[in-house]
Amino acid sequence: MTPDDQVTLLSAGDITNKLERMTAQIHEAHPDDPLACVGIHTRGAILSQRVHALLSSKRDKVEHGTLDIALYRDDLDNLGTIPMIKGSDIPFQVEGAHIVLFDDVLFTGRTIRAALDELMDYGRPAKIELAVLIDRGHRELPIAPDYLGQRIETARAAHIRVCFQEIDGRDGVFLREGESLP
Amino acid sequence: MIQELDPRMSRRKDLLDIESLTRDELLFLLDTARPFKELFTRSVKKVPALRGKTVLNLFFEPSTRTRASFEIAAKRLSADVTNLSIAQSSVVKGESILDTIETMQSMKVDYMVVRHSASGVPAFVAKHTPAAVINAGDGHHAHPTQALLDTFTMQEAVGDLRGRKVLIVGDILHSRVCRSVSTAAHKLGMEVGVFAPATLIPNGRPDYMKVFTDFGAALAWQPDFVYLLRLQLERQAAHFFPSLREYHNIFGLTRERFQICSDQGMYIMHPGPVNRGVELVDEVLTYARCLINQQVENGIAARMAVLYWLQPATTVLPMEEDAIA
Repeated sequence: MTPDDQVTLLSAGDITNKLERMTAQIHEAHPDDPLACVGIHTRGAILSQRVHALLSSKRDKVEHGTLDIALYRDDLDNLGTIPMIKGSDIPFQVEGAHIVLFDDVLFTGRTIRAALDELMDYGRPAKIELAVLIDRGHRELPIAPDYLGQRIETARAAHIRVCFQEIDGRDGVFLREGESLP
Repeated sequence: MIQELDPRMSRRKDLLDIESLTRDELLFLLDTARPFKELFTRSVKKVPALRGKTVLNLFFEPSTRTRASFEIAAKRLSADVTNLSIAQSSVVKGESILDTIETMQSMKVDYMVVRHSASGVPAFVAKHTPAAVINAGDGHHAHPTQALLDTFTMQEAVGDLRGRKVLIVGDILHSRVCRSVSTAAHKLGMEVGVFAPATLIPNGRPDYMKVFTDFGAALAWQPDFVYLLRLQLERQAAHFFPSLREYHNIFGLTRERFQICSDQGMYIMHPGPVNRGVELVDEVLTYARCLINQQVENGIAARMAVLYWLQPATTVLPMEEDAIA
């Protein structure tokens, strides 16, 4: 059930398929490397947990961690309300690790910039790759995904809503057009 | 997170006392302090949240611990810190507080941490500067960051503070620590008891404060925390009590009273620095449930949470809703 002004971009089944394909690609690209999945709070963390579970059924030990990038944002000065800090949890050695970073939606790229800076403060990884469920364009930084669920052309003011069973009670990706179209 | 809170919190310019904080703001600051403490175990302990910002420690009253704690907190948030203490400042040369503030303002300071022996100075400073002002202790009035680190330390020890009891012992009358800690404890749903020499209990105390006139009765009330205030030794000159030895015998944590505390598993707290043999006997400092060292460590995390939350008026731009994604 979706309100009238929302368009369903991905169904629950679509999400499952995309994640399975993404898992296969990651597995194939790293036949022997020790891997770590790191998700950005909140929905990136759920995405990475799911891919981590799928990967763990295919191969030996895959590490998992979560990042809270609140303290690395470039717009803290301007925020009238600030986010609650949930804290990052990186329970493995970042030094030398092959890390796949997960986020639900890739938009301006600023969140990813913040996440990269934070990861570097934990150590010097061998490699960081980026996996996202939706790439909606409008990049403001030179950042591109290595693993991608779906690319979608959007107006800048449009809202993309990613829902996951774990916190939203259902799976799905929805688009709502914003007020001002470019 | 111990109690469910809104994931976003609106910000304030200054932190002047605990009274003006809502319970949600108090809980938000405590919840925010926790992840800051986790940072201390990382190889790089700094985060860039306050990069390029300047914090001025403006101390008109001597302090080493509180100033160092604020300095480390600010530096771990990547701010630049300047310390100005009375001994080195031009206040001794006759400059007024207002002139000092204006001088500092022309240096484009973003945060001012103010301590003064007169109540109300931080509030006065806050009115005259766009910088965010944090009260680091003013007269007998308030010491809000001390109350934050104390309640944070209590939460770490027992979890949810609702229904827990804290007994505050010592100079209630002159204590800004007592005023702030008891207010915070009350807002967080704790029961607050005080035990002090009758000459050091204020008349205008809040109703929720339970007053004990006997240490035995106070301990029989079974507090979860026994909070010993520091005795300001210079007060003895004002004859509020006869001698240090007598103070210790009647109001100190003697060996016998400490035995009761440890038998009952009570936690012991003290804002420091401790006068050994006056507020407490030496053995207390090695007791497993003595939280004095944790209080010092948590001071940094609590002050980082405050610096993260406050917003100087210098940097307020037209508000835009969360543009990052």
